[in-house]
Amino acid sequence: MSDLSELYQEVILDHYKSPRNFREMTDCTHCAEGTNPMCGDRITVFVHIDDDKIVDDVSFQGSGCAISKASASLLTTAVKGKSLSEVEHLFHEVHRMLTGETSCPPSESLGKLRVLEGVCEFPVRVKCATLAWHALQAALKNREEPISTE
Amino acid sequence: MQTTANQQNVRPLREPLDVALLREDFPILKQTVHGKPLVYLDNAATAQKPLAVVDAICDFYLRDNANVHRGVHLLSQRATDLFEATRRKAQAFLNAAFEQEIIYVRGATEGINLVMRSYGASMVGAGDEIIISAMEHHSNIVPWQMLCEEKGAVLKVIPMNDAGELLMDEYERLLTDRTRLVAIVHVSNALGTINPVSEIIELAHDRGIPVLVDGAQSAPHMPIDVQAMDCDFFVCSGHKIFGPTGIGLLYGKRELLEKMPPFHGGGDMISSVTFEKTTYNELPYKFEAGTPSIADVVGLGAALDYLGAVGMDRIHAWETELLDYATAAVTAIPGVRLIGTAAQKAGVLSFVLDGVHPHDIGTFMDHDGIAIRAGHHCAQPVMDRFGVPATARASFAFYNTRDEIDRMVAVIPKIVELFG
Repeated sequence: MSDLSELYQEVILDHYKSPRNFREMTDCTHCAEGTNPMCGDRITVFVHIDDDKIVDDVSFQGSGCAISKASASLLTTAVKGKSLSEVEHLFHEVHRMLTGETSCPPSESLGKLRVLEGVCEFPVRVKCATLAWHALQAALKNREEPISTE
Repeated sequence: MQTTANQQNVRPLREPLDVALLREDFPILKQTVHGKPLVYLDNAATAQKPLAVVDAICDFYLRDNANVHRGVHLLSQRATDLFEATRRKAQAFLNAAFEQEIIYVRGATEGINLVMRSYGASMVGAGDEIIISAMEHHSNIVPWQMLCEEKGAVLKVIPMNDAGELLMDEYERLLTDRTRLVAIVHVSNALGTINPVSEIIELAHDRGIPVLVDGAQSAPHMPIDVQAMDCDFFVCSGHKIFGPTGIGLLYGKRELLEKMPPFHGGGDMISSVTFEKTTYNELPYKFEAGTPSIADVVGLGAALDYLGAVGMDRIHAWETELLDYATAAVTAIPGVRLIGTAAQKAGVLSFVLDGVHPHDIGTFMDHDGIAIRAGHHCAQPVMDRFGVPATARASFAFYNTRDEIDRMVAVIPKIVELFG
């Protein structure tokens, strides 16, 4: 197992302790809940899409471990201002990085999200990091049932 | 260590438990995990197996394997003898009056489901009531919910206080002339509370109501006497009492079991079959359809022999000492909150840490070679009651040591430092 400092990087701890966009959005156009019942994680992602199909606001609420909460917080900072197709592309890039699907280093375009790179070395924590991303996908696809990454 | 009130209730040991020697019987404990010696504190999930159990299963397949209750040949006879010997060992382990009162099931969950399907389906009707408690494992909630939904019956729940102790006055108020069964956990897997089952049973029996006791978490930690307890049903899982997975025990009072319809239909549970009519076999076979998990029954027999040799009273005394030691050490750390502070506890230390999710605690512990459980422990209503999404849980077995607890406790300040 890799060193724990690769998992719990400063940026991750910062986003866990002071999550960004951590609020309910009453006028959202899309929202979905993600739960991992076995660990007790429960995260709701709220999205507001404007007429040009741009994510002009995104937020989240809920409780979870450091990894799931930081990943959700980073998600909100990453997708704000992006078009729906850019969000879709980002989801797949992030998913590949978190599940260690690619042997190449993660794309530069992931920016700050690359702090989550260490997660793929901790197989049991991948589901924590992907939770908010799957909730985002479910929200954008208007799925009503809560999703789970367990 | 400090002597606590809790310890004074335990009768003195005849001789100390030689934990170091007993650990030699558990090869799995000798490994390193992430470069550190393994500390296994997830015994409430499943216990490790002594060599005697592994050998018994191995020997069975290498020497005695045949189907039971069928053949006239020698191997079948040997397999049947071993299979039935475990039943007598289980009878002694639970102090049942008759060996026919011991039914082999896959585990505690299947035992509860058997009672739900067989007793419940025949004795519970619309408007009847079943009582469970607020600290049940999902396995003693969901089957009764299924039955209530099917029959139009009502599920009632005994509440608990902030320490994780059942409110007995409330329990008494829940008992009515519509109550058909009380199903209660003996020791809570999430809180460690030892429930006053004898008192619970007596109050139910005063009104003629039978009681099922879920002993999944009590059987590994203390002597069980179903006759003294006077429960009507008792279930436990083999894998939590150092035996194999896939085998468990259901005890039922003979007169109740005799009245109950079969659970599964098939071979072994019949005495004669024609297309017009089937006559069911006698106890316990009426409830044991199909070829059972024979090798696992044999393995469970070895586990029961092992526990008999160590002594359940000595196990209980040692684990009480370990629990008191761990409780004192963990509560001394600022920011730690114990979930489950009942006066009577066994085997389980559930806790949360300010600002840290139990899952992160679990990863830190694992990194230091320490296996604990982080989650809701299949007891989501308990988590809701205490307002936490999950807890970190260390659960003990007789092979655990004070040094192992020291190692677990030493990790907590490191977590606090990082997240603080």
